Amino acid sequence: MILDDFLVRATLAGVGVALAAAPLGCLVVWRRMAFFGDATAHAAILGVALALLLSTSIFAGVLVVSLLMATIVSLLSGKGYAMDTLLGVMAHSSLALGLVAVSFVSGVRIDLMAYLFGDILAVGKADLAVIWGGAALVMALMGWRWSRLLTATLNAELAHASGIDPQREQLILTLSLAIVVAVALKVVGVLLIAALLIIPAAAARTLSRTPESMVVVAAMIGVAAAVGGLQTAYWFDTPTGPTIVSLAAALFALASVVAYVWRTALRIMAARPERSA
Amino acid sequence: MRLLSIAELDLALGGHLVLEDIHLDLERGEIVTIVGPNGSGKTTLLKSIIGALVPQRGCIDKSPGMVIGYVPQRLHLDATLPMTVSRLMRLPRRRPRHEIDTALERAGVTQQASSQISDLSGGQFQRVLLARALLSSPDLLILDEATQGLDQQGMADFYRQIERVRQELGCAVLMVSHELHVVMRASDRVVCLNRSICCAGTPERVAASPEYRAMFGLDDEDALALYRHRHARPYLEIAP
Repeated sequence: MILDDFLVRATLAGVGVALAAAPLGCLVVWRRMAFFGDATAHAAILGVALALLLSTSIFAGVLVVSLLMATIVSLLSGKGYAMDTLLGVMAHSSLALGLVAVSFVSGVRIDLMAYLFGDILAVGKADLAVIWGGAALVMALMGWRWSRLLTATLNAELAHASGIDPQREQLILTLSLAIVVAVALKVVGVLLIAALLIIPAAAARTLSRTPESMVVVAAMIGVAAAVGGLQTAYWFDTPTGPTIVSLAAALFALASVVAYVWRTALRIMAARPERSA
Repeated sequence: MRLLSIAELDLALGGHLVLEDIHLDLERGEIVTIVGPNGSGKTTLLKSIIGALVPQRGCIDKSPGMVIGYVPQRLHLDATLPMTVSRLMRLPRRRPRHEIDTALERAGVTQQASSQISDLSGGQFQRVLLARALLSSPDLLILDEATQGLDQQGMADFYRQIERVRQELGCAVLMVSHELHVVMRASDRVVCLNRSICCAGTPERVAASPEYRAMFGLDDEDALALYRHRHARPYLEIAP
């Protein structure tokens, strides 16, 4: 069967995560929540530790802790600390706490690197089912709430006047973020999940004229980075997760240059007097 | 016919009473302007009407099926969000092309349908937001200092557009404004707000009331002179 090839499984896992990350990443970028994504992802290592200590599924542990983290940050925001300070405290303390907690897990030898940087080549059939299940759920949520999410992103009062509760949309976004963190853990690891959310969206910005086209372009860039990064890592024997993110960063740089050249060309064309007539 | 009725409304933000014992009725088709100094609770009152803030006491009775169109004070569109005018008009609900064109025409922006929002001037963007609010054929149009950042000419044009819209749609208009001189002329009724309503009535009566003058620090001569001057050349002089 085709899924018996580890490279096929890895590719499918990367594509699944990239597709779910595209709409979510765009919303995270528009709402200036990049650091929020980071904090949620860093909390995941604490989830890993707890799951190992309680010997439950890693996916469930990460999902619960990420969700908890996101909820705490949402509740604390606007209560005395600036958002970036609050997130800085929460993100790094949860990462540190997670690393300390992992050291208490005795008996089991844990490859910490696999959780910090991902281990996409070790994705099994069950992992693949979890990743695609989570990705499909997030994509369905995004599709269902898209107009409402977008209106709430634009302006909270505008949303209220249209009968949309911005807080409910925020909650749906938070939930989706926790799901993506949980499924992306295996692919890129806690340290690079936020990169997978933000870099494709940022690269897509300069190439898009509407929110939806930005999501589509971000998805294409994310998929290209996942597939290309996997192949590159295979050829050059480099760590897979970081290679995928590096390739996404290269695509970001390329998109920026292309957009700059295109705009400059348009300006020159516009400035040139009409001679053909 | 009564559109909206607010009674005994108290609203606190962060333990601080921002609105106290507000009574306000709105009839169909009338233009009511709320004036008041900074921090007097004008925006808070509008937010409680659209349901973004919940009052601690009192009630807001809306006539059944009333549709509200809302134009925010200032909409900051994040630079990372690409958005065209026609996409903005379709948020959150899809609308047929001809309805969007009509709304843009009513608001006085017809050329910009395919423009990026970031390419619009402040006045054009305000008009696009007005057009978006008009799409749902509102019974009540709420404008929160919609002319902030516009120059005198832009402001005068905008209020004339509002007056035209009211005539065409027959909607009531509730707006907040700092531009006393323009507002006085453009409203059927003025409400002076400073945490509680200190005076209300026709522009003439409010302008002549001692509460209004005290609130804006005008003495008798100033107020009367300004008011007359306003009516003679409504859009040209500098704000008091």
